[in-house]
Amino acid sequence: MIQTSEAIYKYLRPDKKFPHVWCPGCGAGIVMGALVRAIEKTGLTKDEIVLVSGIGCSGRMSTYLDFNTLHTTHGRALAFATGIKLAKPELTVIVIMGDGDATAIGGNHLIHACRRNIDINAIIINNNIYGMTGGQYSPTTPTNNKASTAHYGNIEKPFDICKLVEACGATYVARSTTYHAKMLDSLIERSIGKHGFCVVEAMAQCPVQYGRRNKLGGPVDMLQLYKENALSIGAYEKLTPEEIADQFPVGVLVDKEEPEYLDKYRNNIQKAGGNVP
Amino acid sequence: MKKAKEVLLQGNEACAMGALAAGMRFFGGYPITPSTEIAEFLSVELLKVGGIFIQMEDEIASMAAIIGASLAGVKSMTATSGPGFSLMQENIGYASMAEVPCVVVNVMRGGPSTGMPTRPSQGDVMQSRWGTHGDHPSIVLCPQSVMECYTLTIRAFNLAEKYRTPVIVLMDGIVGHMWENIHIPENIEIIDKREPTVPPEWYEPYEDLPGGEIAPLVPFGEGYRYHVTGMVHDSQGFPTLVKDEVEQCLNKIIYKIKNNLHDIIEIEEYLVEDAEICIIAYGSVARSAKEAVKMARGEGFKVGLIRPITLWPFPRFHLEHASRKMKTLIVPEMNYGQVYGEVLKSSPHKAVKVTRVDGELITPEEIMKKIEEVAL
Repeated sequence: MIQTSEAIYKYLRPDKKFPHVWCPGCGAGIVMGALVRAIEKTGLTKDEIVLVSGIGCSGRMSTYLDFNTLHTTHGRALAFATGIKLAKPELTVIVIMGDGDATAIGGNHLIHACRRNIDINAIIINNNIYGMTGGQYSPTTPTNNKASTAHYGNIEKPFDICKLVEACGATYVARSTTYHAKMLDSLIERSIGKHGFCVVEAMAQCPVQYGRRNKLGGPVDMLQLYKENALSIGAYEKLTPEEIADQFPVGVLVDKEEPEYLDKYRNNIQKAGGNVP
Repeated sequence: MKKAKEVLLQGNEACAMGALAAGMRFFGGYPITPSTEIAEFLSVELLKVGGIFIQMEDEIASMAAIIGASLAGVKSMTATSGPGFSLMQENIGYASMAEVPCVVVNVMRGGPSTGMPTRPSQGDVMQSRWGTHGDHPSIVLCPQSVMECYTLTIRAFNLAEKYRTPVIVLMDGIVGHMWENIHIPENIEIIDKREPTVPPEWYEPYEDLPGGEIAPLVPFGEGYRYHVTGMVHDSQGFPTLVKDEVEQCLNKIIYKIKNNLHDIIEIEEYLVEDAEICIIAYGSVARSAKEAVKMARGEGFKVGLIRPITLWPFPRFHLEHASRKMKTLIVPEMNYGQVYGEVLKSSPHKAVKVTRVDGELITPEEIMKKIEEVAL
């Protein structure tokens, strides 16, 4: 098996793009490592992949990896990706978003991408905060937690990203954390192999903006929390509602077969008498 | 030469047909009056040629999708009206900054805000120039007839490819909904994507080439891996804050347009040679203005018409040149004076305006009245 370091160097853009912008202890690099290992296993070439990102900490990942890369406007990554995939279906399109990117400003695009079931892989790095802009609360910041715009505690109810995208029709939904990095590899690898709209939520620690304000300790302490609270979906489902406190399920949460958008579109082209590309 | 095909078409349909003739194969849009016929027409016709039509969830997504499609190598377009055009602005700025060719059709309606959905206006002149943030170039074409809806949409695609920039086709609701017979030309000039001249390892998508030549945009997936961003970038496309690179990036997008005004700007002149009064009008108003010129000539007034077909970059030098010998410039338009303000910049003491913002078209008689006023 290829060593992590070898894979990383094969896919990185070494000159000028480093040092990266991520803070020490950030989880984004672990997700990037998982993505690279997953892609290595799929056997796809660098030219066959388009990596699209939004804005913020996660948005910078497209700068560092040597694919066809697109750093878009805030929240719109999925809409750009939709254009790319439909215009050139042979490309594997992977979209990296943050929780704010995907579920706040980009919430509309996320729910409609799920509904259309276009063959795109969305990886949402969820650190429960707006990191790059300075720690403001996001749609996934837990109620009562602190943020730079929630000094007295967040009064809003957070989204469960996986439940949200499942309800909107995503055909593959999975979750892992930066502690469960190997599981993250395999979940991403499986999503790339899946024909349909896939969402992988990667819970990732932000010790600087989120952990510090909420007294969660350093990066290692935050990983420890993931280790304690993440339960395999099987174990999680055995809990009664009363037993669930901070626990959340990880693993493949949804995996179903439904007609994919472009396949349906090709049928319509035939109905219109056009040449199917 | 073969006789051209003649068909009865609506302005919006002619625009869609022009786009198909130009090779557009991706349309992403969101329905909004009075532009909807463009989307409806293409939802039928694009499939017949194996192209992609998608109704996106909103105008922001539509603009994003056409940029994505263009980067994947397919000529792409969206169409909208006033409020939808406002929503597109951020990503129009992105296309301008990232130098991604695409075409945006805006069939103007009364504004501001939801305004008058079914009534025409020319209220988006300044939005088409300065709608997005920052300093950026704009190419905006303004048809006055169904025939021009066809030909100028083709020209918009050609300019978009040539200068790697978004191009806006700015129609008013009258032109978009007008029905006329048009000749579909047999031979049209089409500018397609240029092939790269260097191997992948030497390719720089934002390279400054000698003589102001613009680097080709190689579609994703063809071995030329590069980065595209809306941030200020270096010649390879990567974000930069190095002073020289910042200036070079921003100058490049401005000067590729500024240095080619002669190629981009198109105007129509009518009886200006001996004119003492000149009307400056565009879109449907230019047709009323031409009638007014004929009426005025019949009564012995020396009146001419200058019609900016390219509305932006504004044909300032043409106007300055013409206005030197004119006594008065009359600017009729369906807004409070957006082009009038531009004309004032070149002829501060000579320009007067005729405005109408009630959703009705400007008649030749109204313009004639103003001609009589200023002539006496």
